[in-house]
Amino acid sequence: MSVAEQPMPRARMLGRTKAAWVIFALAALLPAFAALTNDPFLTVIGTRILAFAIAAMALDLILGYGAMVSFGHAAYIGFGAYSVAILSRYGITDISLHILAAMAVSAVFATITGAISIRTRGIYFIMITLAFGQMAYFFFVSLSAFGGDDGTTLADRSTFFGTRFLESDLSLYYVTLAILIGLFLLASRLVMSRFGRVLTGTRENMTRMEAVGFRPFRYQLTAFVISGCMTSIAGVILANQAEFISPAFMSWHISGELIVMVVLGGIGNLTGAIGGAVIALLLEEIIGIFTHHWKLYFGIILILVVLYSPGGVSGLVERIRGPRK
Amino acid sequence: MSMLSVRNLKKAYGALKVTDDLSLDVEPGELHAIIGPNGAGKTTLITQLSGQSRPDSGQILFEGRDITRLGMAERVHLGLARSFQITSILPGFTVLENVALAVQAKDGSSFRFFAPVAREEVLNKAAMHKLRDVGLADRAHLKASALSHGDHRRLELAIAMATEPKLLLLDEPLAGTGGQDAEALVALLLDLKGKITTVLIEHDMDAVFSLADRISVLVYGEIIATGTPAEIRANPAVRTAYLGEEATA
Repeated sequence: MSVAEQPMPRARMLGRTKAAWVIFALAALLPAFAALTNDPFLTVIGTRILAFAIAAMALDLILGYGAMVSFGHAAYIGFGAYSVAILSRYGITDISLHILAAMAVSAVFATITGAISIRTRGIYFIMITLAFGQMAYFFFVSLSAFGGDDGTTLADRSTFFGTRFLESDLSLYYVTLAILIGLFLLASRLVMSRFGRVLTGTRENMTRMEAVGFRPFRYQLTAFVISGCMTSIAGVILANQAEFISPAFMSWHISGELIVMVVLGGIGNLTGAIGGAVIALLLEEIIGIFTHHWKLYFGIILILVVLYSPGGVSGLVERIRGPRK
Repeated sequence: MSMLSVRNLKKAYGALKVTDDLSLDVEPGELHAIIGPNGAGKTTLITQLSGQSRPDSGQILFEGRDITRLGMAERVHLGLARSFQITSILPGFTVLENVALAVQAKDGSSFRFFAPVAREEVLNKAAMHKLRDVGLADRAHLKASALSHGDHRRLELAIAMATEPKLLLLDEPLAGTGGQDAEALVALLLDLKGKITTVLIEHDMDAVFSLADRISVLVYGEIIATGTPAEIRANPAVRTAYLGEEATA
């Protein structure tokens, strides 16, 4: 039996879910490792990595499953970060309310910009989402009450149901990990649902979807909004982690990095995006120890992965482990 | 009342009239074939009937209702399905998933986000039933892209049938097949005949003349004759315009 004739492997799906749990388990052990090596900074970096894993996974929902390459997803990180700063200044400090506000703003922005962007395809979709992302970026650049271009420092981190629990780097880390796992479970259900199947169908063949009676637009837009809302949660966390916000969170570089993470990890399987975020940011830290020009080396690695493993790192892992399953 | 009534349909790409004041009636239960030389505008007609493209003027009535301005998805929900000349499937899905998705389109809302769709027996059973009808049941769990061309044609048919249409528009279902594949597909179409109203576009004349209740001949965007296979065979205008030597031989 040739590879093409094999039935669709359910084992592969399970394998990917398992791989995600391996990442989560390792992540849960990171603070212990940090304590052993007496390097508490690891937990701080870890929080940043997990936050980006949330954003990358959210982007993969539309990029990998819906073939919508959003080049403006940093805007949602920004909405999350500024929700923390703006609400906190007006005395609303709880993280649950920050997340709610971030999601509400993101839902509105995603609905409006998505409704316009989704009418286009391919490179035009990329460019139009980039344009909307830049509009959001310059809106916050001109927001002088919050430092404009320079941003502003947070007086405190968000409160956690009235407590100052998140002031500890360790608690923030574990809360982030819990949120990541929760969103991963939600997203995994979503892509296997009726909705997920329709969304994946629009990626495969739009005309066919219409010819069996679906109007792709409404499903794509819904996915776009869900993805934006999810991404904004990463912004809430990043603001708390850095205790500082600025428009830099939403620059187009960040949007690009999110795409890189998803592609590096392997598109369309959630786990890949999480792994991609972990690998990309770890490489940044590790190569950064040796040279300021880490981006050069990172670029070379990315080129090699894209050339030799189109399924990203998760594709590579599957090929190495594949024949035994 | 005709199931499908086309009234004075016109469509032009620049100076080229691809559909030229075309009128056509399809009666309930019949298999109505449309034949014509290459470039006669057959596929363009199907795209307008299915809602993939819009006519410049004219009317399309489906069960008495004007559907000229409706989109493809809306027409499917009224009971008008089409198959494609060039196989149009979801290559990354399994054969079963391809058909189950077509069933899903008519089975309640697809804004369900949590329950795993792969375990919905209603969808899988209905899809499996359609696959059995076209003889693909044993390949249900293969990736659709792994099928042979002949099997793709069957899958195309199964997907269209899964939307439970009242009227089926088949755009060259035999395209690219030959020998046993073609014979098997003709047998399938023969089986559908009488159960479901069908508009068939096909180049294979043997198939058309053995399947059709009525045939319309399309030349340069115009229907020059409609009639039973015997009438079409005997029609001198059709002979000159289209059948040529083949008919006189």
